[in-house]
Amino acid sequence: MAFESHLLLALLEGTVGACVLALTALGLSLVFGVMRIVNVAHGEFFMLGAVIAWAAATLVGGPPALSFALALVTAPLAVAAIALGVDRLILRRVAYQPDATIVATIGLVYVFQQAVLMTFGPEARAVAAPFQWRVTFPGFGYSGVKLALAGAALVLIAGTWLMLTRTHIGLAMRATQIDRETAQAFGIPARRVYALVFALGAALAAVAGVLVVPVQQAHYLMGGDPLLLSFIVVIIGGLGSLRGTLVAAFVIGISDGVIAVFFSPTLAKIAATLLVAMVLVARPQGLFGRAPS
Amino acid sequence: MTLLATRGLGKSFGGLEAVRGVSLDVAEGEVRAIIGPNGAGKSTLVGMVAGRTRPSAGTIAFAGRDVTALPAWRRVRLGIAYTFQITSVFSGLTCRDNVALAAQHGDRRDRDERIAVALRRVGLADAVARTASALSYGHRRLLEVAMGLALAPRLLIMDEPTQGLAEGEIDGLCRLVRALRTETTVLLIEHNMAVVMALADRITVLDRGAVLAEGPPAAVRADAAVRAAYLGA
Amino acid sequence: MTAARRALPALVLAGLFALQFVLGDYDHTNMARILVLACFAVGYNIAFGMTGLLSLGHAMFFAAGLYGAGFSAELGGVAPPAALAAGTACGLVLALAVGLVALRTSGVAFMIVTLMFAQACFLTILHFNELTRGDEGFVIAETARRFALAGVVLDAADPTVRYNAALALFALAYGAYLALARSRVGRVLVGIRENEDRVRMLGYDPYRYRLFALTLSGALAGLAGAAYALLFAYVGATFATTQYSIYPLLWVLLGGAGTALGPLVGTGVMFVLVDRLSGITSSYLMLVGLALILLVVLFPKGILGTVGQRRARNRS
Repeated sequence: MAFESHLLLALLEGTVGACVLALTALGLSLVFGVMRIVNVAHGEFFMLGAVIAWAAATLVGGPPALSFALALVTAPLAVAAIALGVDRLILRRVAYQPDATIVATIGLVYVFQQAVLMTFGPEARAVAAPFQWRVTFPGFGYSGVKLALAGAALVLIAGTWLMLTRTHIGLAMRATQIDRETAQAFGIPARRVYALVFALGAALAAVAGVLVVPVQQAHYLMGGDPLLLSFIVVIIGGLGSLRGTLVAAFVIGISDGVIAVFFSPTLAKIAATLLVAMVLVARPQGLFGRAPS
Repeated sequence: MTLLATRGLGKSFGGLEAVRGVSLDVAEGEVRAIIGPNGAGKSTLVGMVAGRTRPSAGTIAFAGRDVTALPAWRRVRLGIAYTFQITSVFSGLTCRDNVALAAQHGDRRDRDERIAVALRRVGLADAVARTASALSYGHRRLLEVAMGLALAPRLLIMDEPTQGLAEGEIDGLCRLVRALRTETTVLLIEHNMAVVMALADRITVLDRGAVLAEGPPAAVRADAAVRAAYLGA
Repeated sequence: MTAARRALPALVLAGLFALQFVLGDYDHTNMARILVLACFAVGYNIAFGMTGLLSLGHAMFFAAGLYGAGFSAELGGVAPPAALAAGTACGLVLALAVGLVALRTSGVAFMIVTLMFAQACFLTILHFNELTRGDEGFVIAETARRFALAGVVLDAADPTVRYNAALALFALAYGAYLALARSRVGRVLVGIRENEDRVRMLGYDPYRYRLFALTLSGALAGLAGAAYALLFAYVGATFATTQYSIYPLLWVLLGGAGTALGPLVGTGVMFVLVDRLSGITSSYLMLVGLALILLVVLFPKGILGTVGQRRARNRS
């Protein structure tokens, strides 16, 4: 394959990855922005989404397109329900303290992983793609399914964005993000907003997990990489800034795709983790976010 | 001798000028009160002196040395002590340990003695072993003052020390400040005018970030501009 | 009460010494492991329990000690005591370097920065696969673990030597913690945990004191890692994973953060639980996860902290 084709392929892979990453990171960013907590179990919500999609596909059977559509609806709902339970039983009881929340969500990482390992087993499991389609580019063919999945991720991001900017619930979330006390004084129930935001964040990760199973396979340890990448995106994008998160997701997703094609993945990961650390040290509020007043 | 001298000190937050062009000379041994309406910039001004707020303009000299660029903890070592407006003691530690943290900079041999003296002077001698969180609000304020005393400062900044104290406690605090006159200079932010008039050698009146008037209590009281701006005439 | 309290450390150490004559072979080895890991936990407690620094990256200091000692013994042919010192120095230097940078941040940012540095260290170990043998790790040869002390030839593979060496190192860490807690510096560290701003306004530079706490904490973690390598003869990248950053946090939370004996109690209880449970199921990590959640939600003060609280309440 010629270098141009190689580069085009890398860019394409990067863009597809970036769309899914943006969806995952949007959930993490929303939770951090509104609730001021870091959810270390965010990657596990992604994993649960993928695993539930596999379960739906195998339990229900039928044509792949139908079971995939079913998974696309049930997985986020199921994960949102789990997230509501977590909010109620754990986060609310530690009053959303940042330190306690991090330690508790680290505990959740182990609980979710082990629960899935005990029930679903250690194997990686594939889900049939909803349809078969190949797009021909100059020099190589490319999976049309991947393009469709990336498109679906973009539609979901746009939908979330509209919900946040155009609806009452979205307004309540943004108001709570800007100033919790004032929002409460205006009758916005912070508790319910927190529960909703946490569930929404989890559902976004879960739906991203559903979108990757047709091309990536479900596995109980698959949540680690999305978590690390979302972390990087949210921190570089500016903690709590949704626009920054989206911009950073595309920059990082695309460069990750390109780097993975041309360089050693371990070196790229070392560079990425050190970059996050240095960004946090130099500008704790991220590159795009505003300084806290 | 001038202990504290500020020249053209200013601080702006975004577009808002909280303090502008304040030049202040405080003599050694003086009790200087800073008064002014809410939002006049008093706390910002002493915050800059203590090193808690970085000035946007001007200089601060302490005992003839330019301290404008020094971090807060170094200024404390030079002798600028600061007691907080909102009580800020170590609630999980005993009164003794609270004061010990202030007293342990100096000579090790008479440390216990200095801790005991500081607590006795504010009237908390009986509370040595009690945990700070178990004290009443007024007693926690007094503990805060004891920590300031234990630093043996050359300049003691007190931000609203009488706030939340009972009548009797206010009298005690006034006696204490008067007794301090021989050993330290005091910079006092205070709303209670009776306390200010009784204690201050000189008064600086701030209004909208700038010095409106300065002088001995009687002169300030007579100043027409001050009356209009602040004393509620 | 105070006399009993003063005698407590000596009693604890005497009890631990006597324990070796009671335990069977299997538990004897396990107790030596617990003592070494408790040394790691004591180090973590200086940063977290005493100073309030919640690090999510202490595995890198433990691993620095592990590899520092492992390389010096296996490749450098250095005697065990010198390898132990080399490992400790590695932990100390790494903690100092990380602290100089990471301590510019605080709170959640500090947690993430330490997590990222530790992850970078772990990946670095994997990257230099030819030297470290990555995930597989390497075994330290019998011959490299034998040394002479005051004319007596000792073998780190011998159970009695191993137990007492582990106990000596724990005693060192425990003693260091007690001495620090009672010192001038220890009081400042506790002050930083309780109210950093006030400490600054009492004339201390919190950054320097934090750096000191983290460096000492990293040195003890390095000491524990080095001892682990020499006493149990294995060096591998597993010890640099995030899991080994979470363990000391869990042990300290379980035993009681900011208490002198909490790290030992937490390490011991968790070790025994995991050991007993691994007979029934392989997913002992489920227990780790549940323990973290339950501790944070129900017993944030841990075992010793909760006991201490009860006793204080009964007294008043």
